[in-house]
Amino acid sequence: MRYLDEYRDGDASRKLLDAIAAAATRPWTVMEVCGSQTHSFLKYGIDQMLPSEVTLIHGPGCPVCVTPAEIIDQAIALAERPDVTLVSYGDMLRVPGTAKDLLSVKAEGGDVRMVYSSLDALKLAREHPDRKVVFFAIGFETTAPANAMAVVVAEREGIDNFFMLTSHVLVPPALEAIASSPENRVQGFLAPGHVCTVTGYVDYERLAGKYRTPMVVSGFEPLDLLQATYMLVRQLEEGRCEVENQYARSVKREGNEQARALMESVFEVVDHGWRGIGVIPRSGLRLKGRYARFDAGRVFDIAATTPRQAESVCIAGLVLQGIRKPVDCPAFGIDCTPEHCLGAPMVSSEGACAAYYHYARQGAPR
Amino acid sequence: MCLGIPGEIISIDEASDLRTAKVRFGGATRDAHLNLVPDAQVGDYVIVHVGFALSKVDTDEAGNVFEMLRTLGGP
Repeated sequence: MRYLDEYRDGDASRKLLDAIAAAATRPWTVMEVCGSQTHSFLKYGIDQMLPSEVTLIHGPGCPVCVTPAEIIDQAIALAERPDVTLVSYGDMLRVPGTAKDLLSVKAEGGDVRMVYSSLDALKLAREHPDRKVVFFAIGFETTAPANAMAVVVAEREGIDNFFMLTSHVLVPPALEAIASSPENRVQGFLAPGHVCTVTGYVDYERLAGKYRTPMVVSGFEPLDLLQATYMLVRQLEEGRCEVENQYARSVKREGNEQARALMESVFEVVDHGWRGIGVIPRSGLRLKGRYARFDAGRVFDIAATTPRQAESVCIAGLVLQGIRKPVDCPAFGIDCTPEHCLGAPMVSSEGACAAYYHYARQGAPR
Repeated sequence: MCLGIPGEIISIDEASDLRTAKVRFGGATRDAHLNLVPDAQVGDYVIVHVGFALSKVDTDEAGNVFEMLRTLGGP
């Protein structure tokens, strides 16, 4: 496929690996923010081919992984109602809440469905006016415009049986939380290319300057990740703290104006909890007051009824912050597998634990 | 979750509310909405995420990695 295959070339990859090895004279620790980037690094074995000077830390860029258990419990409570059809992106169905997951509710007879796009959820509402269709809308800035669009169309068409349970999170506040943490080891960031396609990277320039941390906006194919890593190592070696854009075939500095305007017209920025990390100020989105009648969190009586989280050996929170590797977890691959998981990063197609499991990193290379 | 796939625009239904298009990804053709990329035309490549095109692939920028490889003494 055009614009995919040419960025998977083996010879070109080896040249970039040589260039990284030649450029890196000291140890550097860098974080790839997005879970899709983590998966590419592991899928293509790039993590094992990088010179020993470069240590990768996997970031929190997996929206499924960071959705708080409390919100999953709310989705489960909604799905158990006989008048509700709960609709979600696929990964979300198998992520454990406090006691169970959405797929178990479906097995018990709940009306739980999977869709590919927010507009498919809206279509279900249109076709089943007797059902209350609740779309479990999660995601980063990449997904927010699409989910915003569903609400705009619902309002325009007067669809009054469509609701959204939102858990939308923003990348820059999470990067700021990582960069400002006393435990931080990250010296440079590979910024998420599709998030920045929507938002641009002006916010990232502010963070790079404030925390003296260079960043490179990166794509997702092997050559993208290798070129971005090379650019980041060059910045680190030269003592620069800029934001460079490797993924310029998709990302502009200002982002996508239409997408940003849509997002900003529907959502407002609020404090938000991240599973395993805690509340990060101004790191989430919720529907603006004008759209409150579509907000499942406000329309349905599903306020915090969550019991205390059971004790677990799962270290998902530390993995999501880049403090520990998936293989450091005593449950990894034993009590926790993609089929029967303890933590969300093992379920999601973007989770770091799932990447290590699928690509057989039993003994962490670094 | 933030998966975005590049595909080629085959046709656009300009009368549709959200500028719905047929977009070809290798062997598969799917509907995608182009309302967020108003200047995208038939023959352009767009990056599609959950049914919406988020950007038009910038063909001038697409080769920058290969230019860098040349400066590194590559092919």
